Amino acid sequence: MIEIDRVSKRYGEATVVDDVSLTIPAGGVVAIVGPNGAGKSTLLSIVGRLVRADAGRVRVDGLDVATTPGRELARRLSVMRQENHVAARLTVRDLVAFGRFPHNRGRPSRDDAGRVAEAIAFVGLTAEADRFLDQLSGGQRQRAFVAMTLAQDADYALFDEPLNNLDIHHAVALMRLFRRMGDQPGKTVVIVLHDLNVAATYADRVVVLKDGRVAGDGPPAEVIDERLLSDVFRVDGEVLELGGRRVITVAR
Amino acid sequence: MSAPSRPLAIVAVVAAAVPLVAASLVTGGGYAWSDVVAGDGDSALVLLASRVPRTLALVLSGAGLAVSGILMQMIARNRFVEPSTAGTVESAGLGILLTLLLMPGAPVVVRMTVAAGVALAGSALFLTLIGRLPLGSALMVPLIGIMLGGIFDAATGFLAYRFDLLQSMGAFGSGDFSIVLRGRYEFLWVIAALVAAAYATAARFTILGMGEAVATGVGLDYRRLVVFGLAIVSVVTAAVVVTVGAVPFVGLIVPNVVSLILGDDLRKTLPVVAAGGGLMVLASDVAGRLIIAPYEIPVGTIMGVVGSLGFLMLIFGRRHAA
Amino acid sequence: MPPDRARAVRLTTGIVLLLALLSAAAFMTVGARGSWSFVLAHRGIRLAALITVAYAIALSTVLFQTLTGNRILTPAVMGFDALFLLLQTLLVAALGGAGAGAIDGRLLFAGECLAMVGLSGLLFRLLFRGEGRNLPLVVLAGLLFGALFRSLSSFLQRVMDPNDFLVLQGRAFASFNVVDPALIGVAALLSLAVTAMLLPRLAELDVLTLGRDGATGLGVDAARLSTLIFALVAVLVSASTALVGPTTFFGLLVANLAYLLVPSARHADVLPVAVGLAVITLTGGQMLLERLLGFGTALSIVIDFVGGITFLLILFRTGRR
Repeated sequence: MIEIDRVSKRYGEATVVDDVSLTIPAGGVVAIVGPNGAGKSTLLSIVGRLVRADAGRVRVDGLDVATTPGRELARRLSVMRQENHVAARLTVRDLVAFGRFPHNRGRPSRDDAGRVAEAIAFVGLTAEADRFLDQLSGGQRQRAFVAMTLAQDADYALFDEPLNNLDIHHAVALMRLFRRMGDQPGKTVVIVLHDLNVAATYADRVVVLKDGRVAGDGPPAEVIDERLLSDVFRVDGEVLELGGRRVITVAR
Repeated sequence: MSAPSRPLAIVAVVAAAVPLVAASLVTGGGYAWSDVVAGDGDSALVLLASRVPRTLALVLSGAGLAVSGILMQMIARNRFVEPSTAGTVESAGLGILLTLLLMPGAPVVVRMTVAAGVALAGSALFLTLIGRLPLGSALMVPLIGIMLGGIFDAATGFLAYRFDLLQSMGAFGSGDFSIVLRGRYEFLWVIAALVAAAYATAARFTILGMGEAVATGVGLDYRRLVVFGLAIVSVVTAAVVVTVGAVPFVGLIVPNVVSLILGDDLRKTLPVVAAGGGLMVLASDVAGRLIIAPYEIPVGTIMGVVGSLGFLMLIFGRRHAA
Repeated sequence: MPPDRARAVRLTTGIVLLLALLSAAAFMTVGARGSWSFVLAHRGIRLAALITVAYAIALSTVLFQTLTGNRILTPAVMGFDALFLLLQTLLVAALGGAGAGAIDGRLLFAGECLAMVGLSGLLFRLLFRGEGRNLPLVVLAGLLFGALFRSLSSFLQRVMDPNDFLVLQGRAFASFNVVDPALIGVAALLSLAVTAMLLPRLAELDVLTLGRDGATGLGVDAARLSTLIFALVAVLVSASTALVGPTTFFGLLVANLAYLLVPSARHADVLPVAVGLAVITLTGGQMLLERLLGFGTALSIVIDFVGGITFLLILFRTGRR
């Protein structure tokens, strides 16, 4: 499990993450939602040890992310940020192979090659495996990076707004992928999302952040309601039940 | 901070100008004011043939370069662009070399025209490059500009080496106003006309600074305005480099300081930028004459120190604001 | 890596290194007159200098580009040469021409290298402390410090005794034709030391191409590695600057050519080719200029010029994509 214990982060005058405490149990898909500037990306970055918190601690399976050596953590925790631009000319296979680094420290084995191929197949890029990243479309490139995360085979995979710049077809494909990842035993996927409907459809659990604080935490059926829309997102809408799922519509 | 009044700025400028101009006219020894007042011919000669022209040249160059800076910043939409961080100065240098090579006996006007032409081409190249590259950070723009300038320098250096013109080119390197005499600086007056032209079109340049889409949206001929702006910049740069050499960073520091205090509306700020530029170069030159009197430190060196420190403060100050 | 790609890499590397060897041999033998011992001594020293410089520049540029995640930047813009000049100037200004001239050039060089590494490390750390990922800021700051140091040197040079200035001129303005043989050994040693520190970290370096966050996510201590690499770059640039003065675009030329020729992003594959290309360019270029064109003293200028044009072409090519 991921234990977030009284974590705070300030940038200059602004407190972006304000004394957040949260426990994310292992397994399934967890969505983090909230309005702009709520601190979602920052919190995710802190959990993924990309950013250092000003106060508080984050523990992943008991290991403190701030003090545990990178290599040990990388076997349990993976992070994918919004910006994924690489200057070097890498093929899909080259990129995904990097995902095995925490396990083989640069000395790839036969087993690694197999896992890389599996990860590439999981995201449906087998045909493009030996093409260069800059020859792919935005959606394909995004999936290649997800494949790298898959190859890393960490128990906790964190994704920061992975659906940005993807059309609906690719966004759905990716969310289905995340769902399959989360369904694997012992794997947890944490995703920062903008779209509440996506969260409602695919997540087992939704965490709501507002102004750097937790404003909701639970299964979509409990958390996503009209109060969420009006209080947190300041929008006038309705929550409907369609085919067993919560769907949000907003007033025009 | 609410925008302080323009009258205040004007008062500040005048208050700074008077002592600086006076200092410039006085510094350097060679005569005493009492002699001039008394009608001593030699002293008056020094004053009229050297000091006054020098002071005028300083103010004109500074004003021109500062205005060039702000125009380029509007065109490139980047705070750190100016003739010495966009390859303009270096391409002007290349132009001068070409005249030395191909038309050695040509009069100064021709030299300036060719230099301006090459400077225009160089600046256009710079703009094309930054338009096409995935830059990521605003700081990449001056970096590219400086590297581009380095290329022009390399080209100039190569040709100069090949045709034994290295020594002749040395004169155009670092800005030095000690050579300014009556009869040898008058071309700088074209800057006055250009600054006036820039002021007349100040509103359009402000709009230009908001981007091509906005400018075209309100009916401006974007391309024509860009060329016009670059033409002003190129001619000013060529005039200054041909007459006294390169004076770096004026077009960077002054517009940014003025922008911090008065904002970005060129109609309001252009006169202040011009005056500020003139005063900055004037002050640097006076300092250069005083520090190791009776020897002089050229303005180019002083501005190199002051300018780079100022630029550093600018880019670090930005970081904390972010 | 698929076998045909690995083969392509091996082939390319083999060809480049062979050409480099031939180029060096040609440099030593073409147009040689007089006894062998004389030629060996005279040209041998110059060859040693060229090879050391080629190695240092190729390595430092590729490393720097990995560090900055950018293929159009080069460590040469960061003003190391200006710092070098300033340190030399300060020394002469402080100790006088005679005093400074009395210090062993090699000691001086080692000391200056240390100073440069220390200062650049400080700059790097300072700028990275706020988790600022702003590489252009670091590079621009380096560039501006370079401008600052150059102007300060210029100022000091104006103020100093003309005799002292002559000493400074002899010391500080190296070029491809004026190489202090005593420094070659130190520079070569430093390059070897850098290589030794680099070899065990090549795999981690490869991961660094994914960027700071990407590398951290995979368990690499990106901050520490970056600082180390930056220091190594500083050492290499110091070495080459001390030997032959500043070379702005040469590294760019060589690095980008290497990326073009080698179908792999691994440093272990790219670096040898980059070094080989650098050796070919310098030795071949020098030979060409000397024997065929009679521009013996123009190597740095020509290289900068050609490198600059290549840089422009690369920029345009990048833009078109």
